[in-house]
Amino acid sequence: MKNASISISNPAPTMTTGRQKIAVAVSGIGILLVLVVWAAGKSIAPVPTFLAALGLVAAGIALFVREEYLTRPEGIKNNGAWFRSLTARGVWGWLTGVVITGFYVCLYWFPQYLTGLIQLFDPLSQALRGTAANQWFVYGTLYTAAVALMGIKFIYKYRHNPYQRIRTISVMFFQLGFAFLIPGLLMRLQQPEIYFTYFWPLSYYQGTPMAHAGYAGSSLGTFFFFFGLAMFFVGTPILTYFFGKRWYCSWVCGCGGLAETAGDPFRHLSDKSLNAWKIERWMIHAVLIFVVLMTILLWANVATDRTILQGISEPFYKTYSFLIGSAFSGVVGVGFYPILGSRVWCRFGCPMAAWLGIWQRAKSKFRITTNGGQCISCGNCSTSCEMGIDVRAYAQKGQDIVRASCVGCGICSAVCPRGVLRLEGAVEDIDLRAMVSRNQND
Amino acid sequence: MKIVILGNGISGISAARHIRKLSDHHITVISDETDFFYSRTALMYVFMGHMRPRDVQPYEDWFWEKNRIELVRASIQSIDFAAKKLHNSDGDAIEYDKLLLATGSQSNKFGWPGQDLDGVRGLYHWQDLEEMERHSHGLRRAVIVGGGLIGIEMAEMFHSRHIPVTLLVREKSFWDIVLPAEESQMINRHLREHGIDLRLETELKEILPDENGKCRAVVTKTGEEITCGFVGLTVGVSPNIGFLKNTALETNRGILVNEFLETNQPDVFALGDCAELRQPRPGRRPIEAIWYTGRMMGKTVAQTICGKKTAYDPGIWFNSAKFLDIEYQIYGDVRAQLPENQSTIYWEHTSGKKSIRLIFDKNTGAIAGFNLMGVRYRHEVCEKWLHDGTHIETVLQNLGLANFDPEFFEQYEAELVGIYNRDTGKNLSLKQKRGLPAVLRFLQNA
Repeated sequence: MKNASISISNPAPTMTTGRQKIAVAVSGIGILLVLVVWAAGKSIAPVPTFLAALGLVAAGIALFVREEYLTRPEGIKNNGAWFRSLTARGVWGWLTGVVITGFYVCLYWFPQYLTGLIQLFDPLSQALRGTAANQWFVYGTLYTAAVALMGIKFIYKYRHNPYQRIRTISVMFFQLGFAFLIPGLLMRLQQPEIYFTYFWPLSYYQGTPMAHAGYAGSSLGTFFFFFGLAMFFVGTPILTYFFGKRWYCSWVCGCGGLAETAGDPFRHLSDKSLNAWKIERWMIHAVLIFVVLMTILLWANVATDRTILQGISEPFYKTYSFLIGSAFSGVVGVGFYPILGSRVWCRFGCPMAAWLGIWQRAKSKFRITTNGGQCISCGNCSTSCEMGIDVRAYAQKGQDIVRASCVGCGICSAVCPRGVLRLEGAVEDIDLRAMVSRNQND
Repeated sequence: MKIVILGNGISGISAARHIRKLSDHHITVISDETDFFYSRTALMYVFMGHMRPRDVQPYEDWFWEKNRIELVRASIQSIDFAAKKLHNSDGDAIEYDKLLLATGSQSNKFGWPGQDLDGVRGLYHWQDLEEMERHSHGLRRAVIVGGGLIGIEMAEMFHSRHIPVTLLVREKSFWDIVLPAEESQMINRHLREHGIDLRLETELKEILPDENGKCRAVVTKTGEEITCGFVGLTVGVSPNIGFLKNTALETNRGILVNEFLETNQPDVFALGDCAELRQPRPGRRPIEAIWYTGRMMGKTVAQTICGKKTAYDPGIWFNSAKFLDIEYQIYGDVRAQLPENQSTIYWEHTSGKKSIRLIFDKNTGAIAGFNLMGVRYRHEVCEKWLHDGTHIETVLQNLGLANFDPEFFEQYEAELVGIYNRDTGKNLSLKQKRGLPAVLRFLQNA
């Protein structure tokens, strides 16, 4: 289609108000403070500096988004998503991707370069956990702050939509409470640092003999070990049957939480092609098989008193840990938000999502229904799908959408201009409705 | 058999897809507009930056070859119905055994001085979008003429780029030839809330050129001059059949077709916006230039071509639109002026941005129509009630079945029951809330 004029030479008319410029400056000063401390390698007045940095960044973001959304009538706010450099794989998008990716690389493999930054977070770590900060505490704090601040932005953006508001409050709550405060407080109480919302196999370590041994002597740890297993074998099938995989992926999970908040501006960048779907199915199930094999090997190694399998199970674990645990879920999963969209890890890699997806596809009441003949094939639904589902392919045929990957974020329904899509659940005729596949000429 | 489809819009493509489903005929689709089928209704979202051009193409590019649908980019100049040949601008001929004319619409112009100036455009074709794009850079104001669906879309498009918009509407209130007064006024308010300069009861007199032959201002019938760099003419569309006029093909405003969408020429059909039904169904217009009827006609004509002669049945009227942030759905018979024999129940949210209107027959109580603003209703449920002529009291008590709003959205059905009770002194109550299981049971007990 001849269209170069539309996507390339567009003047990208985003109107930034004076207040928004001030907001950017305020956040910028906060970020500058962090960078200075990081570069200096030490903080002169740690507590005030930390509070000032975080406070300025937060205040700037809050001011910016209030101006962005509250000064206009409520509604769908996607104007210019494909024109802005940051959200359309332009210079700012690539730069952001490189910076986040680089940060993750430091975090996982070169924490020595983060020393100055870690010191900045020491006072908070001492206050919460009663121990010095390390790179993972920095990461957890930044992560939680991102979910919280961008969550507030998301709530402003979708303030007309109760489903989106409630869902976002839920991911913010689970991130702040279960993935930040509770693990920190547990450490302070000399208990194991437990993240109650991450189970095996997403948290691959939790299913290993090492984790089990590590919990020895802690009743809470032992409880969590078995709780995790129960969530995998019993909780997941039951909850997914009633609610679909969204009970976890877009309401509870921290990875999902970040994707839904900080990742929201990039959701349209996911690949919707049939090829991408084929790759997705191979990859995500391969990772699930990988993690199952790895875990079995580790336990078999223990069962055989580390005589036969030690040489295999150890490298297997290390490979998984490096390739999937660090490189894929962290570096690519988040670092590539501005390039590949916000759910690359959830879609192509997460073994928990694979497991949830199998249940959602096979035995769940959850589906997205389409409203009779009202679809106009516009494509807003597909474009907004962070999981790369070609929602329109179903909607224009009046078919229900039953897909393993759907995380139930509900944005397709929100952006539909003709009121065609609805997330809902019912057992009647679900098997029939789940049968037809996409892209056949029917 | 060689099927040639002229036009790659929703009606032509629907026909092609369904013919392929039903047969192995050779299918060729000709367009001079674009290489691939795209959703015309989504043009606005490309301009607004919600989607890229490729995102408004409902099928990936490999789809056509895989389904053996040949796509040809050509401009057809004339058709020899006797020899069954199409002639394109290069002088080449394309033969057909069956010909489907799906040439769509073109934007209306009513002879205003300056209507063909540079920077004056309707919005229908891909090229219209490119022209809007070309003129948007540095544009200080756009004037849109016409208070209908395309006019408000165009207003929203420029507005999304922070380009000031003046919307000239001939009527007393926005689209009040279709919308009942309350809904129409809701849209007036909403346009103004967005800062769009809405001028009601204002008509275009002429468009003034600058020294380069580009529009520089419009003059209204009251003599007011409004400076602008772009004029959108959105005063309806009419069938795009210029090159078929004065040929053997019988035309009126559109290409005349019978109930099987057959024209007066053998093996030639017309469908979509360009077709004019000789005998439309009661209550329906001979030309209905909307997405849904185009799609239905495509499906219908495919049946006939593949050996199962099928009359076009548009079913119960439905349509939808979105006016900036307010979604609109209609099912059945909802008129701007309430006819003598009908009664209405109207509920409006305190925000003034949501409303539900039910129309029913005064004498029989049969439900006749649903009009929704900012609230979603379920097509199949409304259709079944309308088809069955269900009594308004039954509809009211089960109204939750129709609600299609997302989870956690407030439900307003009880308020409609309350309004009915207040008006009639009855004491009905809402028995059914929103939810899919009940809907499936309702629909299956046909």
